[in-house]
Amino acid sequence: MSTSKNIQFSPEALELCQKIMRRYPQGKHKSAILPILHIAQAESNGWLSPEVMDYVAGILRIQPIEVYEVASFYSMFNLKPVGKCVIEVCRTGPCWLLGAEDLVRFIEKKLGIKEGQTTPDGMFTLKTVECLASCGTAPMMQIGETYHENLTFDKCGKILDEYKGKGELVTHWKKEKVKNHSDIKQ
Amino acid sequence: MGRQLLINDLDKPGIQTLEGYKACGGYTALDKALKMKPEEIVEEVKKSGLRGRGGAGFPTGMKWSFIAKPPGVPRYLVCNADESEPGTFKDRFLMEKKPHILIEGMIISSFALGANVSYIYIRGEMMYVFHILEKAIQEAYDAGLLGKNIMGSGFDHDLYVHCGAGAYICGEETALIESLEGKRGNPRIKPPFPAVKGVWDCPTVVNNVETIAAVVPITTMGGDEYAKIGIGKSTGTKLISASGHINKPGVYEIELGVPVEEFIYSDKYCGGIRNGKKMKAVVAGGSSVPVLPTDLILKTAKGEPRLMTYESLADGGFQTGTMLGSGGFIVMDEDTSIVKNLWNFTRFYHHESCGQCSPCREGTGWMEKILHKFLDGHASMSDIDLLWDIQGKIEGKTICPLGEAAAWPVAAAIRHFRSEFEEYVKSGKNMKDVKHYYRLNNLETA
Repeated sequence: MSTSKNIQFSPEALELCQKIMRRYPQGKHKSAILPILHIAQAESNGWLSPEVMDYVAGILRIQPIEVYEVASFYSMFNLKPVGKCVIEVCRTGPCWLLGAEDLVRFIEKKLGIKEGQTTPDGMFTLKTVECLASCGTAPMMQIGETYHENLTFDKCGKILDEYKGKGELVTHWKKEKVKNHSDIKQ
Repeated sequence: MGRQLLINDLDKPGIQTLEGYKACGGYTALDKALKMKPEEIVEEVKKSGLRGRGGAGFPTGMKWSFIAKPPGVPRYLVCNADESEPGTFKDRFLMEKKPHILIEGMIISSFALGANVSYIYIRGEMMYVFHILEKAIQEAYDAGLLGKNIMGSGFDHDLYVHCGAGAYICGEETALIESLEGKRGNPRIKPPFPAVKGVWDCPTVVNNVETIAAVVPITTMGGDEYAKIGIGKSTGTKLISASGHINKPGVYEIELGVPVEEFIYSDKYCGGIRNGKKMKAVVAGGSSVPVLPTDLILKTAKGEPRLMTYESLADGGFQTGTMLGSGGFIVMDEDTSIVKNLWNFTRFYHHESCGQCSPCREGTGWMEKILHKFLDGHASMSDIDLLWDIQGKIEGKTICPLGEAAAWPVAAAIRHFRSEFEEYVKSGKNMKDVKHYYRLNNLETA
């Protein structure tokens, strides 16, 4: 167990966590762990350090080990530092049939990194992931919450240039949706 | 194209919103349902012949009738929106385009089951759909369709969306329940079944998105009318996710019973094989179901035309048949390597095995390694038999069906395409850079 005293989520994020915890029956608020870990990634540069997980344990009033064992099971949680944009290329089944391997090679060449690596400027991390239920629009990749579908090398290259131009942190649960969560029902 | 009951009206303005959905007759089924007795709705669903649309095809009305009703214990409905079976993308499509049909189905089904709280468990990767659902649910609350005393019926209901975080196994209903409780997605030993002891040890029904959505037209038209669509025990309509080497990939709602040949070649559906190629094989119901070569997918071993029904696709058992499964219809052209495609699937199951049961945890990884040997040119003929042996020792020996899901594709590939494995052994070459699978020859310009 490590110290989490330096971690502090924004008031909006903490409010959102409490809102989500109230969706489950009395005493069953541990159920909120997955949504809260998504929020935690948005609050912590896209990844979960042991300190962040300890902080989440504090929010949920559970033992840190309960957070570690969950965070390490689910593929969307990054347990090591990642770039501002994590590129997740679908590698399974239909996407593979329609050229996902070539797409990965293209991105590797364009960014000068291998799968699993982060660019030296900290902008991109390249991951391959399993089927994202976008098989009819293969090949595809996900960046944050956005599905980029029917990709060609050209299209993919332009999309990556756009993200680089913006230079912002992109997480599955978008940072701005953590800040403004009026759409999330009590 | 036949009748469309689920993805109709997608061209209507604002169908994603409550207003637009209501303008197309949305929530009239709920109004009707709330004036019925809960057991009457269960009866209509039984009469409809509706079967679970997630892949298993279990009769929905029967599943509902199993729910235990101990006094004073809450019951839950959980919608399985963890759509992760490779080749399947119909639920995402439906939830994105028409979120209110799922919400209406959730309220009706919960009323029928006596559940005052329900959850939609959506996979975390579909975070943007999570937000679409949140917005739609908020609209429904504001209109008095959720919350206390819905439409003056005295029925209270709260509906929440819950997001996962990347785990194929959470599509298995007991793993989904574990995950909803905030744990790792390890499937539970059954019995007890969720209908008796589900989420937080309370009676729980878990149904697929499409299944719950289908409750809406069933309520509107009545179970008997719904059962008139389709053939035999395959009643109603089914969303098919068509992908792979076809001209028109996408989600199609078919009346069960369309001939497979028509589905593949007609311009109403897949529009034939792309780039003028010939078809080699089809995986008809998501990556877990047996692959069939062209002759067996178009016609049964008896020579009858194969139809898009649960029964016709399964005709011949696993010797010569397959399954409708989730309706994830993956078409492969003549250039596709069955061996490499199998490696891709097996790698997937290895990655997604939760690790609880040794046959699955070890077996999937072992099979992946052996398939690697084929691609590297290091396999021998005995490796084909070894693969066969391993898959047979996974099937039926695990807590959940991921074991079967990993074993069946291997068995089917060897059964129908053994010579291709042999060719890999005979060539003895590293096949990684050989054009033995589909390359992105048109990706740069497409």
